[in-house]
Amino acid sequence: MQIAAQRGFDMPAYDSANAFRAAMSAIARPGTIQTIAPIAADLPFSQAAAVLLLTLCDHETSLFLAPDLDTPEARHWIAFHCGAPLATKADAMFALGSWDALAPLDDYAQGTPEYPDRSATLIVEMPEITQAGPRLTGPGIQTEAYLALPDTASLMANHAKFPRGVDLFLTSGCQIAALPRSTKIEVR
Amino acid sequence: MYVAVKGGEKAIDNAHSWLAEERRGDVAVPDLTVDQIREQMALAVHRVMAEGSLYDPDLAALAIKQARGDLIEAIFLIRAYRTTLPRLGHSRPIETDDMACDRRISATFKDLPGGQVLGPTFDYTHRLLDFKLAAEGEALADTAPIAPVDQAPMPRVTEFLNRDGLIQTEQASDATPPDMTRAPMAYPAGRPLRLQALSRGDEGFLLGMAYSSQRGYARNHPFVGELRIGKVPVSMEIPELGFDIEIGEITVTECETVNQFAGSKTEPAQFTRGYGLVFGQTERKAISMALVDRALRWQELGEDNVGAPAQDEEFVISHSDNIQATGFLEHIKLPHYVDFQSELELVRRMRLAAGADEVKEAAE
Amino acid sequence: MSQEYNFAYLDEQTKRMIRRAILKGLAIPGYQVPFASREMPMPYGWGTGGVQVTAACLTPADTLKVIDQGADDTTNAVSIRKFFERTAGVATTESTRDATVIQTRHRIPEEPLTEDQILVYQVPIPEPLRFLEPRETETRVMHALEDYGLMHVKLYEDIARNGEIATAYAYPVKVEERYVMDPSPIPKFDNPRLESAAIQLFGAGREQRIYALPPYTQVVSLDFEDHPFNPSKADHPCALCGADHTYLDEVITDDQGGRMFVCSDTDYCSRRQADGHRGDMAPPVLEALS
Repeated sequence: MQIAAQRGFDMPAYDSANAFRAAMSAIARPGTIQTIAPIAADLPFSQAAAVLLLTLCDHETSLFLAPDLDTPEARHWIAFHCGAPLATKADAMFALGSWDALAPLDDYAQGTPEYPDRSATLIVEMPEITQAGPRLTGPGIQTEAYLALPDTASLMANHAKFPRGVDLFLTSGCQIAALPRSTKIEVR
Repeated sequence: MYVAVKGGEKAIDNAHSWLAEERRGDVAVPDLTVDQIREQMALAVHRVMAEGSLYDPDLAALAIKQARGDLIEAIFLIRAYRTTLPRLGHSRPIETDDMACDRRISATFKDLPGGQVLGPTFDYTHRLLDFKLAAEGEALADTAPIAPVDQAPMPRVTEFLNRDGLIQTEQASDATPPDMTRAPMAYPAGRPLRLQALSRGDEGFLLGMAYSSQRGYARNHPFVGELRIGKVPVSMEIPELGFDIEIGEITVTECETVNQFAGSKTEPAQFTRGYGLVFGQTERKAISMALVDRALRWQELGEDNVGAPAQDEEFVISHSDNIQATGFLEHIKLPHYVDFQSELELVRRMRLAAGADEVKEAAE
Repeated sequence: MSQEYNFAYLDEQTKRMIRRAILKGLAIPGYQVPFASREMPMPYGWGTGGVQVTAACLTPADTLKVIDQGADDTTNAVSIRKFFERTAGVATTESTRDATVIQTRHRIPEEPLTEDQILVYQVPIPEPLRFLEPRETETRVMHALEDYGLMHVKLYEDIARNGEIATAYAYPVKVEERYVMDPSPIPKFDNPRLESAAIQLFGAGREQRIYALPPYTQVVSLDFEDHPFNPSKADHPCALCGADHTYLDEVITDDQGGRMFVCSDTDYCSRRQADGHRGDMAPPVLEALS
């Protein structure tokens, strides 16, 4: 096992700043697809997901790592580069995995009426990210946007809970898109 | 001809140069050294360490020098520096039972094991200006008191009461307390966060709050059960070694008050406690803290909320930090042309409308 | 660039904490996210919230503009701009068009912002209900229950007493028909521009809150059907550039009651003058060129 070869950010302050801007653009403009710069690590999840973990997670954020990605390499990399303690779905601030491994959304912290921000952020690994999908409207979208979603019905239910609910990043390769709870979803 | 105000940068630079000059004062007078401040202005240094939440006498002395003796400004310098420090680990809780006491007094018992030790206190000085200090070349008095060599054990006063069940027992806990500098404050905050906020809170604010509780705004009859000041060792567990090592010692002031409690239907009459613990020799602050802590415990101890400020957790915590308070207070010096202009327009328009109404009424 | 401090001053762990709060803020527009605001090397109340948000957003490629009261050269704007020049080494500008990140106190630039820009507001009191109810424990429940009756009563009493809503700045808005939000102490003249193509982030350091408006978020100034919101301003054109559609500062020119009105947005005003627009008291063109 070549842990040393599994890198994080080369220049953490700069690389994380650029990655955050991509993540922020994605969540501020649902339906858009952002591209991040890859890192030199061979992991069981995408470069985009790895960069999001490096940018957002640390020892103060608990992480649920879905069983399909829970390899010794992944654990080592997370422990070394993020320090995020692994947690159950219910206790996790972040979760990473495929949709099938992460669902259902109700398993995660949804926030409270007083503190809706105390809710989980899911990083959902996708085979690909495309704009062929349901119609999205709401904050961050001038008129309408389209995005292929893993499970429209449960994401519509998530939106219906607003201001509670979880927020999603979709990741594939070096691409990131996002679906915050504020986005309204319509199936054509 | 009107020209928009330019040159803010130059004005700021000039202000800073002038400030540096004023800070130094008359160059014919020798420069004050950080060592001198640390040794001879020790109580100022202690206050800056306590409210700056950073135990470093040299840095506190430097901050006092840089701040021209403005202690809140010095505290601010320390706080801003403190935030940038990496966190390498956490110490073990300090054990004040083992304190090497310079001062230890109890107002509740005439004598007690370990005795009453006055220590270096202003208490019984007559507040008469000592003009000898103004003379240069001050010589050390040859009657310097001799520090106690073998200190007798000093058991905690409140423990005598506790043994007889006369005072409410504090529940011990190994839970890691939250850190108010790493998580946003949410209310109700709970006692660990309250004590943190009070320990770094403004001395003057806490003094006023404590005083108000003595005067009847949530009066709860405090006596100083014990006040102790002295050095305690600080130790840390080093994971690589697998055991604790002592990393240094710090001076702290600890105050436990004994307060009356009438008892209730379910509980017999019993004394209660307030607690104060502050960096350095900071007696006024530690006593104030204990009084305010006690007042804030009204709910836990089944008392009535009489609506006194000292009982109001959100009020006390939100307003005890002098760095927050001074920043917001002083920010009204900043330009507010835009807000003021919008109000000016509004007031003019409302006066115009009112004037029009008056004219109309007069015509009718 | 300073060697002793990290890029943009804050340590990476602090930036991550702020970034997480920003993302939650964007996901719940108008909701105030608590964050563990750090002690900054400038006083609370002087832009520490805005500075922390800006520091968490900046990349080395950014061009930063800092304004206070609409102007780039007010002392605190100069001070904050200098802070980022020193600690982040980013390019700075006074031009609204050239900036990628704009930190502001009390104004929204006159020039419409674009999708490539981020506007960061410095916020003193983030809670729009605070002057009606001082307790955080109470106002938090009001937001949770969407119980804004107190605010409506206050606005209505204003109308009953003064004939109009007596709030000229920090005029409350409702975001996406859910959260009542304080837009920071901008004049209500700026409220319509809260609906913007840019990302808007609000930072309150002392009060430990971050909130956000994603682009094109619906932002409605509170009003009543019979008393619609009126983003009024001084009824004058700018004395320097002649603009009749901008927010104006009133400048006292002598002790005889003399005054003039000039754009508060200094970049916008000078751009208009450079384009040949002239107000009543503008310097003659030839003199300006010489």
